[in-house]
Amino acid sequence: MSALIQLNNVTKNYRRGKEGIAIFDGLTMSIEKGDFVAIMGPSGSGKTTLLNLLGGTDRCDGGQIIFDGERIDGYSEGQLAAWRARSVGFIFQFYNLMPVLTAAQNVELPLMLTKLPAKKRRDNVATALKIVELSDRAKHKPKELSGGQQQRVAIARAIVSDPKLLLCDEPTGDLDRNTANDILRTLQQLNRELGKTIIMVTHDPEAARFANRTLHLDKGSFAEVTA
Amino acid sequence: MSLMSQTRSVIAMNVRSIPQRLWMSLATVVSIALVVAVLLGFLSLANGFNQTLKGSGAPDVAIVLREGSEAELNSTLSREQVDLLGRGPGVKIGADGRPIVSGELLMVVDGIKKSSRTKANMPLRGVGANGLLVRKQAKISQGRMFSPGSNEIVVGAGLLREFEGFELGKSVRFGAQTWRVVGVFEAPGTVFESELWADAPVVQSLFKRGTSFQTARVVLTSPTALPAFVAYAKSEPRLQLSAQSELDYYAAQAERSGLLIRYFGWPLGIIMAIGALAGALNTMYASVSSRAAEIATLRVIGFSGFSAFMGTMVEALVLSAIGALLGVTICAIGFNGLSASTLGAGFTQVAFRVQIGPEIIGQAVTLALIIGLVGGIFPGWRAARQKPLLALAA
Ligand SMILES: Nc1ncnc2c1ncn2[C@@H]1O[C@H](COP(=O)(O)OP(=O)(O)O)[C@@H](O)[C@H]1O
Ligand SMILES: [Mg+2]
Repeated sequence: MSALIQLNNVTKNYRRGKEGIAIFDGLTMSIEKGDFVAIMGPSGSGKTTLLNLLGGTDRCDGGQIIFDGERIDGYSEGQLAAWRARSVGFIFQFYNLMPVLTAAQNVELPLMLTKLPAKKRRDNVATALKIVELSDRAKHKPKELSGGQQQRVAIARAIVSDPKLLLCDEPTGDLDRNTANDILRTLQQLNRELGKTIIMVTHDPEAARFANRTLHLDKGSFAEVTA
Repeated sequence: MSLMSQTRSVIAMNVRSIPQRLWMSLATVVSIALVVAVLLGFLSLANGFNQTLKGSGAPDVAIVLREGSEAELNSTLSREQVDLLGRGPGVKIGADGRPIVSGELLMVVDGIKKSSRTKANMPLRGVGANGLLVRKQAKISQGRMFSPGSNEIVVGAGLLREFEGFELGKSVRFGAQTWRVVGVFEAPGTVFESELWADAPVVQSLFKRGTSFQTARVVLTSPTALPAFVAYAKSEPRLQLSAQSELDYYAAQAERSGLLIRYFGWPLGIIMAIGALAGALNTMYASVSSRAAEIATLRVIGFSGFSAFMGTMVEALVLSAIGALLGVTICAIGFNGLSASTLGAGFTQVAFRVQIGPEIIGQAVTLALIIGLVGGIFPGWRAARQKPLLALAA
């Protein structure tokens, strides 16, 4: 397998007042195409920061970030946004759906960044909703859906433009055990059947078991844990 | 990347989320509507007043005043001067073979307003037999003209509407004298409709003016005869008077009343607009912060900062446009066509109709849209700078 994402010697600092705090100081890692990786670690260890760097929503202060052979660390804001729209699907702990839009309209959002005609957009939305088994809720607003259903809509939104990479920040952190397992099985299915590369941050060891491997993040570096 | 379609979706989301901030948004709409209604109220008053003043003057009638007088009330002319004016160049000759000149005096008398039942000033104009000839717009609509030398008056239709006790046949008292209303005249859209007319010599003797007048109106053969006549009135040693076209005279008066409105209506409108702007900014900042997670999420997905800016901007403009529409409607239903009266030249009442027109609607709506624009720019800027961080989106 070849690497979908390669981090070389990445540094990331945050400023807090006068002093800078180093989150990553020379982080090197690689994620293979088609992998499903769980990332665990204590609060404040930099898990979300890592997802921001991998997903091009934040910039590193040094080193290289290579996605599918392309360096993205030098991209401009606009290039990054376009790259995100093409290549990355994001799944959040609190679903982050637009309350005024229906499920279908929420799923359609990423397609608004493409030149697809309306008919094609509708077809893709229908396909994505079918994959997450929510076709019958297409016209519902988020507040008319359960937490698990909302997260399914969010997953449909993340895959509708067929990105290679899915980034999930505690996707089951707000759900009960059974619902969480349903969501995790869906992610597993997306990984196995559609070949999506998935990186999932989680606190929950049971959730991590759905991944192929688990990386433990502590003090800015990784230790691999074999489940 | 389709900038248009993403911007359209964000705008649609912003606008559709307005009901989530219903009360705040309503308050903004109402405050903008008030600004528009108040400003439009003032402007349409000024507009109606100006139209009436401007409609009062004819281009081929010269009005002659004492050099240095700006208004009829503080001018004075002798009988000899009035006669001499008739011998000037370009003066039109009437059917009786004599020049059409009207020596006039304007007195201020008291009347009771119907609307408020309070005393208010009315202009009483002493005119000669030529009083109707120098005013083409004026004609007797009921009864007849006063007869020379008698205590008879004719009343303008506007004054009849506004003041009590001037119906045809009634008697009224000014000072020691009793007058009988023998006619009503119409002079639509002019200040004259707000006047009382009586025979000039009778007015002169009642108000102890001897044989002196205040102004003269002189009908010229054409507007092009004006410069020569003006020069004559100024340079003839026995005259040394200031003449101008009646049109210019009333335009200057309109200009002065326009200044009054500008110095009162606009500042009030702008002070209110600043208040409404503060409200609009508050509402829009609240919109941006209540939608911070949504904006961050859209930015993470790949939406541009520009689309976030436009969403906020258009939301503000929509609120201000609704406010403007409401304000115009309030004003149009509440005031338009209403007859009003105000102090004209010399502190007498001038009746006119409030007139809303496209130009002043344009001005008031522009002010509303400026409120929306400024109220949207800064919050929109904040929305555009929202970072697409996952932590913010959570
Ligand atoms: N935008 C930021 N500015 C300053 N410090 C930050 C910012 N984001 C995160 N941090 C800090 O960086 C560290 C790692 O944060 P984060 O990646 O969110 O941790 P985790 O997701 O593992 O809980 C924490 O100490 C946090 O306080
Ligand atoms: Mg985190």
